[in-house]
Amino acid sequence: MLEIKNLHARVAGKEILKGIDLTIQDGEIHAIMGTNGAGKSTLSNVIVGNPVYEVTEGSITFNGQDLLAMKTEERAHAGIFMSFQTPIEIPGVSMTNFMRAAVNARRQAQGKEPLKSTDFLKLMREKRQLVGIDQKLMNRSVNEGFSGGEKKRNEIFQMAMLEPSFCILDETDSGLDVDALRIVAEGFNKLRTAETSAMIITHYQRLLDYIKPHFVHVLIDGKIVKTEGPELAQKIENEGFDWIKAELS
Amino acid sequence: MKAEQQYIELYREAAETITQRSCPVMNAERDAAFGVFQQQGFPTQKVERYKYTDVAAAFAPNYGLSLGQLDIQPSRYIYSFKDSPINLAPYYNKIADGADSITALNTALAHEGLLIYVPRNEHPEAPIQIDNWLRGTAATMMHRRTLILLEEGSEATIVMNDKADHPSPHFLTTQVMEIVCKANVHLDIYEIEETTPLCSRFSNVYIQEGRDSVVKHNVITLQGGLSRNLCDVYLQGENAEVTLGGCAIGSRQQHIDNNTLIQHQVPRCQSNELYKYVLDDQAVGAFAGKILVEKDAQKTTSQETNANLCASSEARMYTQPMLEIYADDVKCNHGSTVGVLDQTALFYMLQRGIPEAEARTLLKNAFMGQVIDQIQYRPLRDRLYVKVEKRFRGEHEKCEDCRLCK
Ligand SMILES: Nc1ncnc2c1ncn2[C@@H]1O[C@H](COP(=O)(O)OP(=O)(O)O)[C@@H](O)[C@H]1O
Ligand SMILES: [Mg+2]
Repeated sequence: MLEIKNLHARVAGKEILKGIDLTIQDGEIHAIMGTNGAGKSTLSNVIVGNPVYEVTEGSITFNGQDLLAMKTEERAHAGIFMSFQTPIEIPGVSMTNFMRAAVNARRQAQGKEPLKSTDFLKLMREKRQLVGIDQKLMNRSVNEGFSGGEKKRNEIFQMAMLEPSFCILDETDSGLDVDALRIVAEGFNKLRTAETSAMIITHYQRLLDYIKPHFVHVLIDGKIVKTEGPELAQKIENEGFDWIKAELS
Repeated sequence: MKAEQQYIELYREAAETITQRSCPVMNAERDAAFGVFQQQGFPTQKVERYKYTDVAAAFAPNYGLSLGQLDIQPSRYIYSFKDSPINLAPYYNKIADGADSITALNTALAHEGLLIYVPRNEHPEAPIQIDNWLRGTAATMMHRRTLILLEEGSEATIVMNDKADHPSPHFLTTQVMEIVCKANVHLDIYEIEETTPLCSRFSNVYIQEGRDSVVKHNVITLQGGLSRNLCDVYLQGENAEVTLGGCAIGSRQQHIDNNTLIQHQVPRCQSNELYKYVLDDQAVGAFAGKILVEKDAQKTTSQETNANLCASSEARMYTQPMLEIYADDVKCNHGSTVGVLDQTALFYMLQRGIPEAEARTLLKNAFMGQVIDQIQYRPLRDRLYVKVEKRFRGEHEKCEDCRLCK
């Protein structure tokens, strides 16, 4: 369970999150929608511990642990994964080496032995097929020369490799065509267990057709201003946010 | 002239012994070289090419002079000067810069020389490997002298390893290496330094290239104390090509100074330079590289790159690429960068659970990979990938109990 209380955060000296309260139980899918610049990515980055974002008030606990006291990599080992809105390129580090380091670090944190090379490659192949990502990308540097769509698929591939218990998808659907979106969403659904929870940031209904949210939250100007069921997403896609802003004023 | 004084006295005391143990071709140059050294002393940091290294300080400790015998595997291509199959007088101390104080000191004090000689059109199958292993318990200095002569149409791959027992006392090495490549020669030469924090190395390499020759020189500094590598290249025959590569990895108080000069003297030659540094802790790096294109050297192409990563806030890098062009029809580029580890890439890796130390190692290794990729000789390239990665992980075969490496 992820529990966020009265969260305030700043970036570059500017307050972006202005008191977020959000509880996500195991197995729940929460969609976050909101205008550009509202603070959706800021919220995601604060959860995973990006040092660029400074928490000024509030708390986050994950399965009872004080998340804000944990290092980024410790949060990852605890089962938190973020699919980046803009995946990062790492020239000179091959996908295979990158994944091997990540998988084995996770295993070490769980007190397990590193995977044998053959088992690791087998796992790679299995998960690649799940999200339909080309083998030849695995020998390239991380995200270097990947198309926009390949980068997004690569995020879900990494998620598949690391089997997190809480996933953040930050606009993973943007830049994916209809087929790719379906493959990625179906891949995600196959990975899900009854305990997996997720926070899905999106502007569109399409992704939510595949991954049914339990709740839809609206984030505007650093605050969650509305929380309803899945039907809210369709309404926002049709009508935008103006009616919500009007309700507020 | 304090640091110089002990060398002047040393020469007065030891010249006779050195001369006896040496050979006529070396002795013929000795006194004149000593004269140059005596007159100039060590270069101060006001001397352009020694701006970044305090030479006198490095030579100040009281080193015993090693007068040991060369220990080489006699082979078809490797000789001591004494056993040279050819007359060395036309080559010895000819392309070396006689006005450089360190070269002069080396010429005065070196008692033995190593010759690598590849006759016309010969292509030794195996690479020629030379190991310089520093051993002993007392502070010692070595003055190494090497002449590499490749006759027309010959090819060679040469690997030179500088190693030291670990831990070591203070060791000081000077090296002067003259490399003469006749027309149509292909030479790949690698120098790999893996010594200790108490070792100082002053290496002056001079390369002369004839028509259609292709030379690649790589200097790889993995471990050491003070590493100073000067490399001068004279492109004297048309269509000659040179590639200088440098991989410098510094940590703790290491000091790594690479200084190069490439002279394009005739038309249609090519030069490429890529030096990369990764500096951690309080390490200091310097790179100064000059490309000189003379008036007649039309159609010169030249690319000089120096890229550096300061992985700690205390590491320092000085970079000075220089172009001096007197011809008008040339294509020359140069550039240098000094950066820090990519913080967004680091964060991305941490989010995937990769521990910070490992993430930093992966990034440093990726940065250096580009220089290692250029190494032609496959077994060496593979070995260097492993060595470089180990180096970034702080592993050293002999370092487990070493106080200095903590
Ligand atoms: N690294 C950053 N540096 C400076 N400003 C930032 C940074 N990240 C986000 N911001 C600013 O914070 C605000 C919220 O951004 P973000 O959380 O990315 O919005 P959203 O994801 O909802 O579109 C924006 O005004 C944005 O310009
Ligand atoms: Mg965003």
